[in-house]
Amino acid sequence: MTQFLQSIHYGEWILHALIVLPLLGVVPVLLGDPKSARRTALVVTTLELVLSLGLWWALVPGQAGLQLVANIPWIPSWGISYRVGIDGISLVMVLLTTVLMPLSVLASWHYISTRERGFYALMLTMLTALVGVFIALDLFLFYVYFELTLIPMYFIIGIWGGTNRVYAAIKFFVYTMTGSLLMLVAIVVLVWKVQAATGQLSFAYEHLLRNAGAAGSAAPWLFAAFALAFAIKVPIFPFHTWLPDAHVEAPTAGSVLLASVMLKIGTYGFLRFAVPFFPGVALSPAVSALMVTLAVIGVIYGALVALVQPDFKKLVAYSSVSHLGLVMLGIWGGTMQSVQGALIVMISHGLSTGALFLLIGMMYERRHTRLLEAYGGIARVVPVFSLLLTVVAFSSIGLPGLNGFVGEFLVLLGSITAFPRATVIATTVVIFAAGYLLWAIQRIIYNRLDDPENERFGDLTARELAVILPLVVGIVWIGLYPAPILRRMEPATRQYLEATAVTRTGPTTALGVLRHVVEEARR
Amino acid sequence: MTFSHAVWLAVALPLAGFLVNGALALRRPRATGLVSVVGPGVLVAAFVVAAGIFLELWREPPHAPTVVSLWSWLPVGQLQVDLAFQVDQLSAVMLLIVTGVGSLIHLYSVGYMKADPGYARFFAYMNLFVAFMLVLVLGSSFPVMFIGWEGVGLCSYLLIGFWFNDKVNADAGLKAFIMNRIGDVGFLVAMFLIWRAFGSLDFTWVTGHAADTLAPGGAVVTAITLFLFLGCTGKSAQIPLYTWLPDAMAGPTPVSALIHAATMVTAGVYLVARTNVLFALAPVSSTIVAGIGALTALFAATIALRQYDIKKVLAYSTVSQLGYMFVGVGTGAYAAGMFHLATHAFFKALLFLGAGSVIHAMHEAYHATHSHEDAQDMRNMGGLRHAMPWTFGLMLVATLAIAGIPPFSGFFSKDEILSAAFARGGEAPIYYLFYAMGILAALLTAYYMARLMAMTFLGPNRTGERERTHLHEAPWIMTGPLLALGVLSTVGGALNLPHLVGGHSALERWLEPVLAPGLAVGRLSMPEGSTEYLLVGAAVAIGVIGLLLGFRATLGRGILPAREAPPDTGFALVLNRKYYIDELYEAVVVRPLLWLSRVVLWRGVDQGLVDGAAVNGAAWTSRVFGGGLRLLQTGHVGAYVVLFLVGALWILRAVIR
Repeated sequence: MTQFLQSIHYGEWILHALIVLPLLGVVPVLLGDPKSARRTALVVTTLELVLSLGLWWALVPGQAGLQLVANIPWIPSWGISYRVGIDGISLVMVLLTTVLMPLSVLASWHYISTRERGFYALMLTMLTALVGVFIALDLFLFYVYFELTLIPMYFIIGIWGGTNRVYAAIKFFVYTMTGSLLMLVAIVVLVWKVQAATGQLSFAYEHLLRNAGAAGSAAPWLFAAFALAFAIKVPIFPFHTWLPDAHVEAPTAGSVLLASVMLKIGTYGFLRFAVPFFPGVALSPAVSALMVTLAVIGVIYGALVALVQPDFKKLVAYSSVSHLGLVMLGIWGGTMQSVQGALIVMISHGLSTGALFLLIGMMYERRHTRLLEAYGGIARVVPVFSLLLTVVAFSSIGLPGLNGFVGEFLVLLGSITAFPRATVIATTVVIFAAGYLLWAIQRIIYNRLDDPENERFGDLTARELAVILPLVVGIVWIGLYPAPILRRMEPATRQYLEATAVTRTGPTTALGVLRHVVEEARR
Repeated sequence: MTFSHAVWLAVALPLAGFLVNGALALRRPRATGLVSVVGPGVLVAAFVVAAGIFLELWREPPHAPTVVSLWSWLPVGQLQVDLAFQVDQLSAVMLLIVTGVGSLIHLYSVGYMKADPGYARFFAYMNLFVAFMLVLVLGSSFPVMFIGWEGVGLCSYLLIGFWFNDKVNADAGLKAFIMNRIGDVGFLVAMFLIWRAFGSLDFTWVTGHAADTLAPGGAVVTAITLFLFLGCTGKSAQIPLYTWLPDAMAGPTPVSALIHAATMVTAGVYLVARTNVLFALAPVSSTIVAGIGALTALFAATIALRQYDIKKVLAYSTVSQLGYMFVGVGTGAYAAGMFHLATHAFFKALLFLGAGSVIHAMHEAYHATHSHEDAQDMRNMGGLRHAMPWTFGLMLVATLAIAGIPPFSGFFSKDEILSAAFARGGEAPIYYLFYAMGILAALLTAYYMARLMAMTFLGPNRTGERERTHLHEAPWIMTGPLLALGVLSTVGGALNLPHLVGGHSALERWLEPVLAPGLAVGRLSMPEGSTEYLLVGAAVAIGVIGLLLGFRATLGRGILPAREAPPDTGFALVLNRKYYIDELYEAVVVRPLLWLSRVVLWRGVDQGLVDGAAVNGAAWTSRVFGGGLRLLQTGHVGAYVVLFLVGALWILRAVIR
């Protein structure tokens, strides 16, 4: 495979192709017949997936650093260039995106029945933006892609969403905008500071990473701006309330992309930018304690609130807050195990939660409600649907042998040394996770079948199976044999750990931080 | 190529059975013939592999375990976990019990589940359970064991809620899984602590280095073992996490026999035996293990005194007997604990399957007359020995075994545990108390078993005039496995015959290589001579007295059918209602947690504080303060964007200056 890829110079054009192809696809979608838009979108996204798979072999495993780097000057006078490249972390995030995109298109097949051209054009734009976010190595370029993901999602929720879609779309947009504008300011300041120190005006990632120390006393503020932007995206408690609204209102494809990929931009941002740029601030005892405390609150809080949701989609939305809290704990856990675990949780959550949203979409298309109380007893009527829902639910619960466990286990195992109490508290989430999901699926597929509407609930069609089964394969594969993925990510993770290695001293509890802050203020 | 190296086959066979039966359940639910061959067939084949491994070890007992690694599962930096199986004397014993008893129960199920529309699905789940159970006992590291540990929990969940259209059954499955997960938090945290202390999660590494790594009696090893034991209380239904097991009787009776009596629920005992050296290094934890075991043995036995559902009696009996096993391993008598695990697997599987035959007969009788009486209520039985002589005789054997009457198997294993506790009392007097509780529980055990037998098989029949003629013995496919288990329950004591009766403690010596690290830390001196005779005599006397009292008290008073029976009053009601522990948990844990989640966190924090005060409040504030700007705006988004741009620029200015 590697030889074949070399013979076609795959590494030289692939990253550009992944960006350009979806944009090219927008043209026939917009110009064509509304009814054929979905087919065109499916072809383009599938082609994108096939092309992207080569990255798996093109990335040299075991080699640290960014690979396939390409640099095209863009606005030279401002030091901005079109600079892209990948490492193991970007690789898995890009693949997660390209895998989920054709499935999302397929899931929208009947769900989207108005203004199809607009919808699929936005989906393809979204694909470009999401891939761009994960491969951008120029801070300005990253910012452009970061914002570009926002606009299609805003319209997807606002136009094809549920009854309360406008409120949800605006809430989503404003929330994210708040953070990202602050981040833009921080990027510009960082670039100026680095220019002042090195004499070179450049937005290039590696250049800034090497010289981020020049931020000096501004570092805490810059970190805060980056962190806020990403914290809202993740979302970290208490910046999460846009998420349930956005999910409930978004059409299935929107929910899938939002949960599976867009949330990961936040955690990816912490791993790629916020922490490596300012490790002295990010991993200082006070900030660590704050982040870990918020992470663990998110883990437990998300699970408990999920427990009492009457709407299945909202339940899954809150469960995302819980899962992403684990990712944050893993990032701050600061060991090979915890960071690798955080990355696996990011992938696993993408697969499992994506699959859950897809299944919820299938339920909604049949019964036009997501309220748990409307269902019950359908396991007898639709065994295949019930089986798949059960498998996906257990993967999300973290049953060992399926994907969810691998990440969860590694995060907690790796965090025990630095944050023993937080880890033990976070571990109790395995109880609540089983609680909210199993209770939900009991109310859907078990119990008495007393609504005749549910008697007519048809089992999955071939198209729907084609949407779900690839994800189930991924769920089992990562659960049983995650080694190839772990090995590909390990050099990047090791590099991240080396770049951010700081000694930890001082307070590591919320109370300790409070005391610390008060003491600082007194001085 | 040896059998030991082919150990993965033992797992792969039932797993293949699961896939075949699962596919049939989805596509050809009526292909019962094929299911009847594949379902029990893969189990018998796995038993052959198990027997092969056992004989191999028997001929050439190895000093170190054979570790068969399939592939690298979690390679992350220093952490290297392989998906690997470990063959040694301990896992070989479990392998035999699981596949042996499992085969018999699968065969029985062919008869018991014959008419069920979910026949294929049932065997799919049962096969999957066995596969996971074998991963549990064969796993060569804590995480691999945990795959099995949680996997059997999954199958238990699926099988308890097998008849899922009844909410009670689905509830029971959910409860079982959640209670187990509480315990699993303990297992997980223990793994993290072990990782922190050892830098490895492999059994061979941990047991080999425990004595040099951990300070005896230190905080670390005590914490590790207590967290591990929390896992055991969930899986093996001990106080305080036992309440799921009686509810688990909602599943089909073969499930109760296989999962909730013979195999899965003993996993906690196996875990302690597997990590014996850790527990030996933590005397405080061991005392707690033995204490919880003794308390559970006694407590559950009292509840069993007043249950009317035949399966509920057996369920509490199982909880109680598991308590004995924990007294054994908590005392440091790991071999005795394993011995009781084995004999209990025989006689309790027999009791459950016998009860299944009774329920089967009762159910068919009521079905024939379209009656809706409770087929599991012992008050509706009585005199069944005439209709079901084989079942009666075999269940009587099991009763004598569990009551500890020599020479039946339970006598030897229970006696060994109690003697060990008594012996430990010499150095730690609290073990005398555990011994006394064990003896008292033995008395109650004999009593409730006599009550069960008398209410079911003796006295006049209370099933009903028309129904009586329909009562009959189960078919041979069900009675056959019963017979095999009857033989095992009778002679099972031979596994580990004590010197007292001319034996050589075979099982104890067999397990020696695995238990050596633990015994090296804290060896147990068993009572000898006159003390031993005295203890044995007391135990036998207690069993006989309990049986006599039980038969007399039950036969001595007239029993009315369930429909006509007066409600229990006083302490009998408290026992019948299981001390209201379920109600207590509901009121103290479940409801407050849901209230906290719904009212405080969701409505209060999420909708009120964050969304109401902060987010929408900010929007409101911006509207008020941007009063002039507001008039210029046509949409909300623009207003926010401008506001935030202004804010951002302001901060920019502040930072640059």
